Amino acid sequence: MTGYLIIAAILLIFVVIFQIAKASEYVSVLKGEKKSQAQSNRINGFLMVAFLIIGLIGVYYCNNLLKDRILGESASVEGVGVDKLLYITIAITGCVFLVTQILLFWFAFKYQNSDKRKSFYYPHNNKLELLWTAVPAIVLTVLVVMGLRHWFRVTSDAPKDAMIVEVTGKQFGWIFRYPGKDGMLGKKYFRNIDPAFNSLGLIWDDKATQDDIVTEQTMYVVKNKPVKLIIGSRDVIHDVGLPHFRMKMDAVPGIPTTMWFTPKYTTEEMKKKTGNPNFQYEIACDQMCGNGHYSMKGVIMVVTQEEYNAWLAKQKPQYYAAFPDKDPSSSTQPKTDSTKVVAQL
Amino acid sequence: MSALTLQHTSSTHDHHIHHHKETFVTKYIFSQDHKTIAKQFLITGIVWAVIGGLFSVLFRLQLGYPDQTFPWLEDILGKWAKGGRIQPEAYYALVTMHGTVLVFFVLTAGLSGTFSNFLIPLQIGARDMASPFLNMLSYWFFFTASVIMVSSLFVQTGPFSGGWTAYPPLSALGSASPGSKTGMDLWIISMALFVVSSLLGGLNYISTILNMRTKGMSMTRLPLTIWAFFFTAVLGVLSFPVLLSGFVLLIFDRGFGTSFYLSDIFINGVGALPNEGGSAILFQHLFWFLGHPEVYIILLPAMGMVSEVLSTNARKPIFGYMAMLGSLFAIAILSFLVWAHHMFVTGLNPFLGSFFVLLTLLIAVPSAIKVFNWLTTLWRGNIRFTPAMLCAIGFVSLFISGGLTGIFLGNSALDIHLHDTYFVIAHFHIVMGVASMFGMFAGIHHWFPKMFGRYLNNTLSYIHFWVTLIGAYLIFWPMHYEGLAGMPRRYYDYSNWESFKQFVGLNQFISSVVIIVFAAQLLFIFNFFYSIFKGRKLTTQNPWQSNTLEWTTPIKTGHGNWPGDIPEVHRWAYDYGKDGKDFIPQTVPVNPKEEKH
Repeated sequence: MTGYLIIAAILLIFVVIFQIAKASEYVSVLKGEKKSQAQSNRINGFLMVAFLIIGLIGVYYCNNLLKDRILGESASVEGVGVDKLLYITIAITGCVFLVTQILLFWFAFKYQNSDKRKSFYYPHNNKLELLWTAVPAIVLTVLVVMGLRHWFRVTSDAPKDAMIVEVTGKQFGWIFRYPGKDGMLGKKYFRNIDPAFNSLGLIWDDKATQDDIVTEQTMYVVKNKPVKLIIGSRDVIHDVGLPHFRMKMDAVPGIPTTMWFTPKYTTEEMKKKTGNPNFQYEIACDQMCGNGHYSMKGVIMVVTQEEYNAWLAKQKPQYYAAFPDKDPSSSTQPKTDSTKVVAQL
Repeated sequence: MSALTLQHTSSTHDHHIHHHKETFVTKYIFSQDHKTIAKQFLITGIVWAVIGGLFSVLFRLQLGYPDQTFPWLEDILGKWAKGGRIQPEAYYALVTMHGTVLVFFVLTAGLSGTFSNFLIPLQIGARDMASPFLNMLSYWFFFTASVIMVSSLFVQTGPFSGGWTAYPPLSALGSASPGSKTGMDLWIISMALFVVSSLLGGLNYISTILNMRTKGMSMTRLPLTIWAFFFTAVLGVLSFPVLLSGFVLLIFDRGFGTSFYLSDIFINGVGALPNEGGSAILFQHLFWFLGHPEVYIILLPAMGMVSEVLSTNARKPIFGYMAMLGSLFAIAILSFLVWAHHMFVTGLNPFLGSFFVLLTLLIAVPSAIKVFNWLTTLWRGNIRFTPAMLCAIGFVSLFISGGLTGIFLGNSALDIHLHDTYFVIAHFHIVMGVASMFGMFAGIHHWFPKMFGRYLNNTLSYIHFWVTLIGAYLIFWPMHYEGLAGMPRRYYDYSNWESFKQFVGLNQFISSVVIIVFAAQLLFIFNFFYSIFKGRKLTTQNPWQSNTLEWTTPIKTGHGNWPGDIPEVHRWAYDYGKDGKDFIPQTVPVNPKEEKH
């Protein structure tokens, strides 16, 4: 019922607007074109300057309302540079925005049609044009130089002491692999993928894979220690988006990409800093990857080195999940029982 | 050159005399008259704009009210809105189709197709296009593409739903997304036909402008509209074939087992695919090699028309004609050299990326020149606020707002954080979506009297303009903040995300504004169709006191445009307010005492 009422109300509004519009057209014909044109000129000229003033107040109000909801301080060392560049760019473009919008609507208001005024024939002025070619060019050069300095810093090779985590996207979740004790990620091949025991298609013959630790959904990294992510995908293109760290990199099947950053605060510290007890560093997929794209969430736990060591000690290499009989902790069991263990898993 | 054009003029004139009688079909359906074809493009474009706009209203309902159910949605959409809630697959299909429809079918075909067709022969002084037959084919290819695109909406597995950019492997593998099955087949076929349409149109525009100008219409006397259409056509002709080649490879990957874009893929429930050695990034290069010039294919016609409308209604010459022309040229060239700025986070070589940063930010220079020149055109003018003029001012305002945020995104260091967030949505909707829409509105309002011999209703136009301008800012301005918080695009639901939860209220606000703005567009469409039949009739040939040639044709312009000889041109198009005269049409000979500009 309310649906029909709403539709009826909308139709009524349309009809009213239309009738007003038609009536005003008749009136303007009666008044004469010149007079009605002058009137609509005055109204729209006033609206121009009203729009400018209310708009600028709106911009200020919107900023006040929302500035606390955009991400606070960068949670990575590298992100600080992004924030700095961001604020400088906002300041520069903000000035240009103010000046040009004010001029635009002010000119529109000030030079509205009047019988007394003759328009000023002013086809060109090379000096002026040169001025507003050169000034933007110089300002942009500054921005380019600052931007590229930061760009080369974040895309450079990761520090030697960086810990390495491999991140693999799949529809719709994340798989993480840690190199294990040897500090090396073993080889993998996508045809070996077996969703139950070998989600990444690790090649078990490679000694380096045998101590690799594979987890899903939650990634552990250490505070103040650079972490290098080696990013890949199992199916379509995904993207590792880390808004808190100001980082982002596509996950492309067949073409590994990398990115590195240094977390500044542990998850616990961020909970206190933001005042949000549910705070999480979230990995958001930022590349359209199918119908579950919006739910492709991962979590990064930033912890201290001790906490990390404790967590790592509890992890078992994936190799033992695939071959339980090789697991030293279950070596007491006779080898013939291996099939049973697999079944239990 | 002048001898050559003279010769051509007489030959087209002969053609006009030999013209045989028209039936309803040749006059309104398979018409070869550029003016009718323009109207066909316009009306098809408007139909598409309503459909595309409606899609956005539907997905904004989901974004604004993720917890509510709308039982009437299930009545309309059936299984796509089970329980009155739009399903994820439907949401992604709506988003994808909204993008495809608005970018290609409305703002490319609807904008260029309409105004290039309508204005090129009229403003350069030609009887028709260089090849009226190809022109007609161009429309009918577009129409066929439209029919196929619409039909894809009714496929059982749904229309394509992988985003309008159609990145493989998602778009290549039916097993990765149901929308990539039959829906995607139809999408590619439709897009391929669309490319054919725009190539036929573009080649025609270029040859008409280069060869068929009337006597005295040198290239530097062309109105800026024509220059804009010219560069637009050149961009389209050079870049659309690259897109087509990308699509052909995609068709091969989809149907014939090749591996251009596919490698190392394991699909849940299907297993490992046989493809190896392809590169998914290759498609992105091919796509954006069109995709970036495409932005300017959409923007340049709007810029050209806005320049014309601003100058006419400020009763002042456009400031810095040569600089405007030079900046159009610079934008056209640079638009081919910046495509990889859409790919900063694909693992692009950082050194290569730095060139794209430099070239991208370089585009801001010609854009700044254009803005300052428009502002100076208004300065000390005598401005008449016709609806067209309002839309032109709206265009400039939006172009400034959206252009400035491009400086953020073009800078790769910032793009890392902002890429694929709502900041991008805000940026390109303002600068190329709504701004070009305003360019199109300006064009429709300005040339409606020439098209249909009647005026639009001014009051409705004024209401439509103000609601749309204010609404556009209310919708897209707050999205910048969502983007700064890193809120990703193309999410069906944000309620599970700790980082983006805080925008629930804002999303709801934006969605409500979307509904109001959409209603205002219906007002415009009503005005448009009502005025075609019932609008106030034109009583004068030149209602805006404009200089350009199209206003020297009779109110009811027949096939061939001028009943007698094509007028000769003696001056540029912008002699407004010169020597104390309000305006001096291009056909008026130069007085030896006149000052040179």
